[in-house]
Amino acid sequence: MNGRQSVSRRRVLGGLAASVGVAAGGYRAAAKARHSYDLRPQEVADGIWMIEGAPEYFTTANGGAIVNCAIVETEAGLVIVDTGPSRRYGEAFKQALLQLSGRGIAEVIITHHHPDHFFGNQVFADRPIRALGETVRQCELHGDGYADNLYRLLGDWMRGTEWIAPSAEIAPGSFSVGGRIFQAVPLKGHSEADLALLDERTGTVIAGDLAFLDRAPTTPSADLDAWRESLSALEAMQAAAILPGHGPFDRTGESLRQTRRYLDWLEDTLRTAANDGLDMVEVMDLPLPTEMAQLGAAEDEFRRSVVHLFPRFEEEALPQLN
Amino acid sequence: MFGMTALRRQHRRMREEGCIPSCTAFPMAFPTATSLALGLVAALTALSPASARDLPKTVLQDPYGSSMWNDHQIHLLGDPAKIEFDDRVIVRAPVSAEDPFEVPVMVDASALEGVEEIILSVDFGPIPKILTYYPGKAEPRLAFRFKIDQATPVRASVRTSDGVWHIGSTYIDAAGGGCTAPAQAYASDDWEERLGQVRARSWPESGRVRLIVDHPMDSGLADGIPMFIVEDIALQTPEGETLSRLTLHEPVDEDPAFTLHLPQEHLTRDIQIYGRDNNGNEIEAVLPAPVVQ
Repeated sequence: MNGRQSVSRRRVLGGLAASVGVAAGGYRAAAKARHSYDLRPQEVADGIWMIEGAPEYFTTANGGAIVNCAIVETEAGLVIVDTGPSRRYGEAFKQALLQLSGRGIAEVIITHHHPDHFFGNQVFADRPIRALGETVRQCELHGDGYADNLYRLLGDWMRGTEWIAPSAEIAPGSFSVGGRIFQAVPLKGHSEADLALLDERTGTVIAGDLAFLDRAPTTPSADLDAWRESLSALEAMQAAAILPGHGPFDRTGESLRQTRRYLDWLEDTLRTAANDGLDMVEVMDLPLPTEMAQLGAAEDEFRRSVVHLFPRFEEEALPQLN
Repeated sequence: MFGMTALRRQHRRMREEGCIPSCTAFPMAFPTATSLALGLVAALTALSPASARDLPKTVLQDPYGSSMWNDHQIHLLGDPAKIEFDDRVIVRAPVSAEDPFEVPVMVDASALEGVEEIILSVDFGPIPKILTYYPGKAEPRLAFRFKIDQATPVRASVRTSDGVWHIGSTYIDAAGGGCTAPAQAYASDDWEERLGQVRARSWPESGRVRLIVDHPMDSGLADGIPMFIVEDIALQTPEGETLSRLTLHEPVDEDPAFTLHLPQEHLTRDIQIYGRDNNGNEIEAVLPAPVVQ
């Protein structure tokens, strides 16, 4: 602990020096440069900031900054939740942190294994990076494939990005960082392992991608039943606020309700389409109801979900003959 | 500078005029200064593989400008003289392949009369030919899924009874999609028990049959796994008359799924489904006529 504090102190000094540059306008100027992320942490609760991602799909315009990252202040330094899609994002993130606190970074926590949430890890590799055990395994299993895809989708935004898996497992239950108490709640359904993090001081739940708001949920690793069970578990926590994986900070619990409505609609639509004898390409063409069409990236995500999930409903709809 | 197209056009004109049997030894055949210059250009371009290839009998204006289409016209379709790009052949697919192991495609040539054969292919990929559909009594419409290796035009080459080939195309970007996962072939213990299992259902009111065959469909390109694919699938009447037939190639996806369109009269009777893979495993199932309510 002493070691960590002394590191933090050095970081304070480094941070101060960097802040001078920021105050002089370097940050704003950089934000306009090509392939530079303009990350602005917003304080959403006492000692909690959020960097809000664009409610979009990966594009060369947004550089993959489509994800929400959270920052929680503790006496031992900042706790970072999720690190973004690229090395450059991680660097911009680190730079933005200097404006928030001189205490430096205490540790990093990763909610789940999707690349927009952990590909900034390398920038924070000198700190503990913790995640559920299954998340670590999934990162290792899919990291190279994700890297191929993000390099193709985002091009030069990804330059220098080398994914690294979380370095330590987080145990379910209560833990404390610098006097601030958190509950690590292991859930699943959006992916094989989804970590929700309750901050006891504010009652805020950092929900990862179990909760989406005004942005269509993604389903490449989804188990819809398990996801709904996790939503029930999150609802039962009666959080003061939800910090969703994508979309604005949620003070009413709407992100959980909206995500559930989306999943219910998705399942119903795919099952009906399979029973009507539609093929995948036809399912992708189905019109979206107004509520779903209004979500960010709705059409892209629906088409992706058809590829992810439709074969399961097809199998259900077609009787086995031999 | 000559653009490649201009050069090719010129090259082709010269071949048609019988001046050059091929691009080899070409400069010697033309003693004049102009033709020497042309020869030099052609000899230089002969260094690039593209110009070393023969052009098809009928050179088309490919809407996708693909460098491979001429080759496929010759080698996949047998260099037919009567061939055209035809908007009546509709090919539909998502613009981007979310999962490269499962790319859905739909072809509809029902605007054409007398369709005998539909060849589905990609321009770019280790194995260009995906499948051939002989619709027979069925409508010339088909939906299926395949494995994609890279961004490529996808073609439906439709041969009608007058011998004309009608080509429809679309383009699939396989660069993106994010979050793709490698196929988990053989991840389950029971794949051998499921081998050749058929799931199918018909919808007489809309004239469709959907069909899934459980099979690993190994392309032979994965390290140490030999080619293992279903090669033939046929739908027959109870009397054994073939209604329609598919021959499949390596790019067809694992547990292939098809949507076929048959006239209602055939769907109110049982349909026999026969197939065979390249290891001699037979696939046999009966799709019963739906019970009339």
